[in-house]
Amino acid sequence: MKEYIVTGKKDTRSGFGDALTELGRKNPAVVALTADLMPSLKMDKFAAENPDRFIECGIAEANMVGVAAGLALTGKIPFIGSFAEFVTGRVYDQVRQEVAYGHTNVKIASSHAGITLGEDGATHQTMEDVALMRALPGMVVINACDYNQTKAATLAAAEYEGPVYLRFGRPSMPIFTPDEQTFEIGKAYVMNEGTDVTIVASGHMVWEALQAAKALEEAGVSAEVINLATIKPLDEQAIIASAKKTGALVVAEEHNMAGGIGELIAGVLAQNCPTPMEFINGKDLWGQSGTPAELLAAYGLDAAHIAEAAKKVIARK
Amino acid sequence: MAEVQELIKIASQVRRDIVRMVTAAKSGHPGGSLSSTEAMVSLFFNVMKHDPATWTRDAKGADAFILSAGHIAPVYYSCLARAGYFPVSELATLRKYGTRLQGHPCVSHGLPGIFQPSGSLGQGLSVAAGLAIAKKMDGEDNHVYVLCGDGETEEGQIWEAALFAAHHKLNNLVAITDWNCQQIDGRVEEVGGLVDLAEKWSSFGWNVVTVEDGHDFEKILAAFDIAKSSVDKPTMILLQTEMGHGVDFMAGTHKWHGKAPSEEQCAEALAQLEETLGDY
Repeated sequence: MKEYIVTGKKDTRSGFGDALTELGRKNPAVVALTADLMPSLKMDKFAAENPDRFIECGIAEANMVGVAAGLALTGKIPFIGSFAEFVTGRVYDQVRQEVAYGHTNVKIASSHAGITLGEDGATHQTMEDVALMRALPGMVVINACDYNQTKAATLAAAEYEGPVYLRFGRPSMPIFTPDEQTFEIGKAYVMNEGTDVTIVASGHMVWEALQAAKALEEAGVSAEVINLATIKPLDEQAIIASAKKTGALVVAEEHNMAGGIGELIAGVLAQNCPTPMEFINGKDLWGQSGTPAELLAAYGLDAAHIAEAAKKVIARK
Repeated sequence: MAEVQELIKIASQVRRDIVRMVTAAKSGHPGGSLSSTEAMVSLFFNVMKHDPATWTRDAKGADAFILSAGHIAPVYYSCLARAGYFPVSELATLRKYGTRLQGHPCVSHGLPGIFQPSGSLGQGLSVAAGLAIAKKMDGEDNHVYVLCGDGETEEGQIWEAALFAAHHKLNNLVAITDWNCQQIDGRVEEVGGLVDLAEKWSSFGWNVVTVEDGHDFEKILAAFDIAKSSVDKPTMILLQTEMGHGVDFMAGTHKWHGKAPSEEQCAEALAQLEETLGDY
């Protein structure tokens, strides 16, 4: 199996923040807005270097979305940053009307997504955001796998004309993709080629999927791993091709079942090549306080559970 | 730039358009359209620097207008058409399948003059604030205008935007409240408990101008003059208007907020409104 070397550990939100700093230096159209979460979103450096292009909105996310839409109309590229829950669920209607339906060039920077937010508990651990954003026509939804890829995805989002939802997380996680890389919106990245089972994962779950593939290899199972960094638009061809090759799929996501990538892929495969599937996700549960590692294990969102699901789905072929 | 006598003529024709459009569509919102007619006609035919021929959605080099209360689309569409953004004949298509004149304003069907969709209430002031701050960033001295319904200002986001615009000293932002005192479920004071608008906006740091007769062009234009000379504050023009103004049986009641007249009622209404510029 392809070897991935961990070159360090960082939070994916820092990938966003560092990309934003870079964008601040090279693209004068980029502006950043936050609702009293500048340090959490790693916007400090951009704000310090570009005080005229940084807008502090206070704890008023709904207004922030509208202001961003107004800025975007004039040709600016606004990045609005807050916790995942507060830039999706809290402002769904504003995002729907001003960003998606208005098709304004607003980039939604969504941090602390999923259960790995950890200790803050369920009020902040959104496991529904992908469902909400996916439901909006014309919205691009991205959940990159590590610091480096999140950085590349942020740079790509700035180049793309139209609304983008960029999902990333709070805790430090392994960095295993290249330092220098280009991110192609809409491409599913095949991280490891295999023949017995396909594991499709997004965000933090990609590393877990690779660990699962390693364990499976030791057990004599060849697992293909696909990093679904762009959730929408979905790279249907890559998924269909892999499903046809392996004949069994596991989908792993740090999100609840409803409206997540599991259902998304099941829909595509049902139409194109019905394939046995197993799902690793937050099911239909609320989160709770704990360390990210504790929570991932408790909710079955780890390599061990992915490997188990892989064996189960292979047996169903 | 049309002066008062001309504005009065335009307003009469716009009211005819509103009544005819809503009647033909068999649905829509005549009440608020009629109460805000003078405000809208003032903006599009006197106050705003805009050119339908060169309009672009980026609002570069021109004033911009955001309709926050999207349901009063009929008055908006009529003003846009009469100002030359699109043929007046297209007003006949309001709310019909395939039309550019959707039930609420949108940008996805290609109607010129519309900057942002609206319909879900309470959001336009934020968008206008975004446009206003962008114009300041770009060193443009143009203004951004936004019209809200009074009932709409029960929405919390309005007050988020109020705080934001004052905090950022957006003196190029001019908001108008169509203060007709009516909303779907009854009188605004009774439904949402919204009172003391002038005090509220003033306490949020806004320059507040109250116009006691929101159908008097002289007074409306004077209010806009005050707004445009604001040094460091956004301005709220509180226009005291009458719901359904200009059509006696629609006036002063919430019952015509979102109801279309019958053909007979339409004829009765049109008999009260002079055809000044030719019906579409």
